[in-house]
Amino acid sequence: MTTDASPTAAVEFDDVSLRLGCVDVLRRVPFRAASGETTVILGRSGAGKSSALRLVNRILEPTSGAVLVDGRPTTEWDPIALRRHTGYVIQRIGLFPHRTVAANVALVPRLLGWERERLERRTAELLELVGLPAAEYAGRYPTELSGGQQQRVGVARALAADPPILLADEPFGALDPVTRRELQVEFRRLATQLGKAVLFVTHDVREAHRLGDRIVLLAEGRVVFAGSPAEFGESRIPAAVAFQPEDEA
Amino acid sequence: MSLLDYLIANRADVLARTVEHLFLVGSSVGIAIFIGIPTGILLTRRAALRKPIIGFVNVIQTIPSLALFGFLIPVPLIGGIGARTAIVALSAYALLPIVRNTYEGIRGIDPAVRESGVAMGMTDAQLLREVEFPLALGVIVGGVRLATVIGIGIATIAAAIGAGGLGVFIFQGISMVNNQVILAGAIPAALLALAADAGLGLLERRYSRWRRA
Repeated sequence: MTTDASPTAAVEFDDVSLRLGCVDVLRRVPFRAASGETTVILGRSGAGKSSALRLVNRILEPTSGAVLVDGRPTTEWDPIALRRHTGYVIQRIGLFPHRTVAANVALVPRLLGWERERLERRTAELLELVGLPAAEYAGRYPTELSGGQQQRVGVARALAADPPILLADEPFGALDPVTRRELQVEFRRLATQLGKAVLFVTHDVREAHRLGDRIVLLAEGRVVFAGSPAEFGESRIPAAVAFQPEDEA
Repeated sequence: MSLLDYLIANRADVLARTVEHLFLVGSSVGIAIFIGIPTGILLTRRAALRKPIIGFVNVIQTIPSLALFGFLIPVPLIGGIGARTAIVALSAYALLPIVRNTYEGIRGIDPAVRESGVAMGMTDAQLLREVEFPLALGVIVGGVRLATVIGIGIATIAAAIGAGGLGVFIFQGISMVNNQVILAGAIPAALLALAADAGLGLLERRYSRWRRA
């Protein structure tokens, strides 16, 4: 279960345990996520996947062990700086309903104090990148968009300040299958193109295969498998087998 | 003499009492906004304060208004006969809807929106100023609207402690057993309440549009 020894992984879980209330959410979890790779965290509901992501941007802190971002424990990072260093996309999108698409996308750069011109250029560029031409969409409000379009804006917002790490928590889970497929393809293209360390949480094994360079399988708070999608497909570990797509008869 | 004739004959007096009335309600709601909105925000940050503070403003609400005016008369600094005492009491009554609506308005925001703000690296002050307050404003204005309408009614009783306002006609009318005089106070007060309700209702709807997502 050890991985290639690059000097510092973008994100590294070092024996991380997390206890929330009286529930052991994560138990001594190890894994590394490297830049330029998409690491899919796969697991059933309640396996601790979302909590693992929230440890990376320090919405949660480990009970024991350490989560290292660029080699530094998250507890030593200023949480605000850390969060501006990590993009975050969630299933329920969470766009600001009272702000235009452009203002939503420009949020983090504006917080970072970018000047107006650079901000506008970046916003237009990002909207283009996620397939929503600025001329048409910049001035709209989130409620005027379809679910798929809203999540495109969500992705653009997360990428706005070019964070080296992107966290995605079942971002396409609430979309219809056709839109989901479409966004998966584009997300894959973006992830390869942008060279970020992507941590992608899902319970959908097909999605894991489509997007992942590596798959980390969590079950009851433990890592039960870590490896490439091909290795995952051949794995005979019961928890992994349970996740294999059923063979067509 | 009909009611209309009475109002016309005493228009200067009715107008002066209406202005007094507006002053009582306006200043007390203003004070309650000044205290109530920060208090409501504080409750969203400090869960332990929620029960005692909401409980306290609730209790104020249960004190009969005439009794509260009476209790305040002997209190030094804020008490005595006159408008000042009435404004203190009216402010206390206006607190509940404003505190509660501020709290509920912020609490009612889609958690995903707040979580995004936090995860994007907004500080607590930025989150409050740019996300929570604008999105809660419709509900907060709703609280101000309720406080104002209630205040216009209760302020008529303030005449009992010499605070002036439209209640003066009502108390006079009662002691003279003259319905016309009572109505000369009651009707303008009712019109004020309706106007405030409609005007603030417009404002409330305007700021609530983000809630109908």
